[in-house]
Amino acid sequence: MAEKLIGQDISPPDLVAKITGRAKYSEDFRADGMIFAKLLLSPMPHCRVLRIDASAALAMEGVFGMLTADDVPAVDAPGEPCLTNEPLYEGEAILAIAAVDETTAAEAIELIQIDYEPLPFVLNPLDSLHPDGPNGRLEGNTRVGREIKTIKWTQEDFDIAGPEKMPMGEPSDEWTVGDIEKGFSEAKVILDETVVHQSLTHHPMEPRSTMAYWKNGKIYMHTSTQSVSRTRAALANMLDLDLEDVVLVGEFCGGGFGSKISGSPIMQVPAHLSRKLNRPVMLRITRYEENYLGRARPGMQARIKIGFREDGRITALDIYALGDGGPYGTNDHMSGGSTASLAYQPLNQRQRGVGVYTNTPPKAAQRGPGGAQYIGMLEPLMDKAARELGIDRLDLRRINAPDGNSVFGPRQGGLTSVHVKEAIEKGVELFGWNERIQRSGQLNGTKKTGIGLAVSPYTAGSTGFDGLLVIRPDGKLQIHQGIGNLGTHSIADTGRAAADVLGLQWKDCEIVWGDTSRHLPWSSVQAGSQTTFAHTRANHAAGMDAKRKLQQIAALDLGGSPSDYETSDGRVFHRSNPSRGMSLGAAAERAISLGGTYSGAEPAEDLNDMTKMAVRGLEGKGLVVAARDNYPREGAIQSWVVGFAEVEVDVETGQVDLINYTGVADVGTVLHPRSLRAQGLGGSIQGMGIAMSQKWVFDPVWGVSFANRLYTARPPGMLDVPLDMDWAAVEIPDPQNPVGAKGIGEPPVGAGSAALTSAIADALDGRCLCRTPLTADVILAEIEGLEPAYGPLDLHV
Amino acid sequence: MSEVEIIGTPERTVSRRKFIMGVIATGATTSSVGYLFRGSQPLLGAMAVQGSVERLVTLNVNDQQRRVDVLNQETLAMTLRYKLGLTGTKLGCDRAECGACTVLIDGVASYACSVLTQSVRGKQITTIEGLEGADGSLHPVQQGVFDEGGFQCAFCAPGFIMSMVAMIEENPNPTRQEAAQALSGNLCRCCDYEKILNSALRGAEYARRQA
Repeated sequence: MAEKLIGQDISPPDLVAKITGRAKYSEDFRADGMIFAKLLLSPMPHCRVLRIDASAALAMEGVFGMLTADDVPAVDAPGEPCLTNEPLYEGEAILAIAAVDETTAAEAIELIQIDYEPLPFVLNPLDSLHPDGPNGRLEGNTRVGREIKTIKWTQEDFDIAGPEKMPMGEPSDEWTVGDIEKGFSEAKVILDETVVHQSLTHHPMEPRSTMAYWKNGKIYMHTSTQSVSRTRAALANMLDLDLEDVVLVGEFCGGGFGSKISGSPIMQVPAHLSRKLNRPVMLRITRYEENYLGRARPGMQARIKIGFREDGRITALDIYALGDGGPYGTNDHMSGGSTASLAYQPLNQRQRGVGVYTNTPPKAAQRGPGGAQYIGMLEPLMDKAARELGIDRLDLRRINAPDGNSVFGPRQGGLTSVHVKEAIEKGVELFGWNERIQRSGQLNGTKKTGIGLAVSPYTAGSTGFDGLLVIRPDGKLQIHQGIGNLGTHSIADTGRAAADVLGLQWKDCEIVWGDTSRHLPWSSVQAGSQTTFAHTRANHAAGMDAKRKLQQIAALDLGGSPSDYETSDGRVFHRSNPSRGMSLGAAAERAISLGGTYSGAEPAEDLNDMTKMAVRGLEGKGLVVAARDNYPREGAIQSWVVGFAEVEVDVETGQVDLINYTGVADVGTVLHPRSLRAQGLGGSIQGMGIAMSQKWVFDPVWGVSFANRLYTARPPGMLDVPLDMDWAAVEIPDPQNPVGAKGIGEPPVGAGSAALTSAIADALDGRCLCRTPLTADVILAEIEGLEPAYGPLDLHV
Repeated sequence: MSEVEIIGTPERTVSRRKFIMGVIATGATTSSVGYLFRGSQPLLGAMAVQGSVERLVTLNVNDQQRRVDVLNQETLAMTLRYKLGLTGTKLGCDRAECGACTVLIDGVASYACSVLTQSVRGKQITTIEGLEGADGSLHPVQQGVFDEGGFQCAFCAPGFIMSMVAMIEENPNPTRQEAAQALSGNLCRCCDYEKILNSALRGAEYARRQA
């Protein structure tokens, strides 16, 4: 019997390509006659294009043509078009020029004359809620249900709050569990804080470049996307094509973190240009353009009121959050309330909010959307409360953490599994909390030590997708994956579920991914930590179906009943007489001759249409098996990371040095230990970028951004993170996944961010700064007792 | 339909002949520098007329002599990627911020996005494609990365690996801290720094063994 693959460190099949330069990302593809597109970006945060004079540009040698908003399908508000005549943020694409090379296209762009009519703009949601404040969109400043509306708060709302506290006027969204007033009446300690969480650009290393061409009525797209099957579907929809006519190649994605879940709107530009000009078109997105087009985590301003009983139990949590939704209104301000409910189990909770349109770059989910912001805002308050209550910070987390019977969120639903308490205890040991906490507040020269921790849950799975396998006549197992390949190794690791069911060695498995012409099944998006749970289930289901069919084929040819047969090591054989059997290759040949449900001729009814198409495309290639994940599931799938940090804050410069970071996860069974550790620590470090450095800065007068490159909004580099890091998992299987695994992508971000802010506050004698990022100037102003250079509710400073 | 007045359409169609003439006239296939050096057409023309540097140059790339037509303002990254077909060198930022385009110039790690191709004539250029042995065996650094399972999305990987190669030339036995310093000019947005450092140290170990 082959050793189980789940739980082993196995290098992914694409690693050699990645380290030799052979891996092709979207901008690495070339096609005969390929021309180059360049975008003209809006110079203003909100304006109307009145007149475009492209005559000089189009007269240039080597220029092939232009694409404007009039050439692309209109999108109903508040949907996002790929080109627009009413830019809603600085940097939004207005038109594209295609030319023989990028230099010529860029020069042509410079020759275009546009008359703009400036329109009102807003950068801070609070400004838009002022009685006479501007709206980010002409149609209104928020969305209520499906409609764009305008919400203005009264002057009285602002006056009651005063300049230090966030005002709380009419919300657009609200939910309550329990009785919030009763909760506060039972509290001994009540905090009422105003907190600001910044917006920050995703900045994956690979900008969202796309090359597109048409051939025989089909479009061929090479684009940078997190998800393959789902992006194919999105493209068919955007371009109004049949699914069969979209061939998407996205074998490698240079990072997305939520910014390329189903590709991005700008990928349509080369598709339309290519159709218009009848040539392959490459649109290379530069880092500067990526800053604008590349999506960002929605920032928030929040008023958070928490009540604690004498024993530390949270009796009431009342959050009012304003979401900076950008021009297209993607927001996390309400969803984070569920994460807070889960993490702290408040006995009573009210969640209110308004998502406001602003003229800042578009927002999208960013690793741990909502959850990371909420944990980042709330964990330092937990520390503050612990001090006021005189309760150990660890104990305060232990007291409020959920267990297997817990429910959460507005619908008070349960969980598939939860072992956060075990994760806390494991982390205490691994981090050496009891030794390190002795150093808390110690001053060594100019450096003061702080110890922090954070408990961060997030959604970690979905269900109902399809697995697709082919057992080939050469005896190999082909595992078809419609998910994406952005370095999480899901394409390989979730396939192990099928291989283990069949008892195969990894050398006998081949992953087929990233190219829709190779017949890929309907899949979850490669986002929201979904694939580990969703696609181990789907591949397990397909593996079980393959096993059943192999047993049937063996019984048919060798006699007995199917249940007499077992599969292992490349054979299907009789349990009581292993020599009575056949190779998987022979069974595959038999499947081809049997046809029907064996050869791919008759896909199962309950499969998604995309999967059925893939199955039919594979007909006759062997034993072709596709199965939908119909395994039962009750409760929400949530993973946890508990993060611990030790920092040294230089009290003379405000500089923070990270001494140690340790994370412990509750992610069920571990599929791939080394990859899990990399996801956990990498995600945590992304969180440290939130805590320490990444931000936007806008000119408030003109509404244009200053921090529009990597060096002005710098993500963590190698010297910004501790050399000393550690990681573990509690490794208790989730009972609702046949292999026991849950996802990991999201929860480390909040853990890294909040462990760091918690540690910095600890070094500052428990003073909570209620703002991210904590750059050196912010910390130094606090240490020196200086008046900050901006108000408590100011953004983009 | 939009109310925007668009002047210049219907577009001039570019005949194949004109297209070819255009290529000859500008010598261009592509360049990233449009946004860096927004030269107007007359200026570019003037530079060409001046003829201060030859356009057809010979580059030594991965131990091969390559003849290539290069604009004055063309960066090495664009030459490698769009004229020599060496797409392993990645463009992550165009401005020396991320290190994805790191190559070796006479053994020194350099950002190819910020080096003019004209300036590296006569120098030895090594890209990620030039690391493997003639028999296809991985370079010790690549083997180190492979064995440590280094990198996630790996868009930064070629640049990091070139920096690792340059590092071990200078310091064959680096400490973890020294390796972090040596590689700090490269950015990994997946933040897989722990595994990258493990890979670098493993690569250095393999290289020492081979030396």
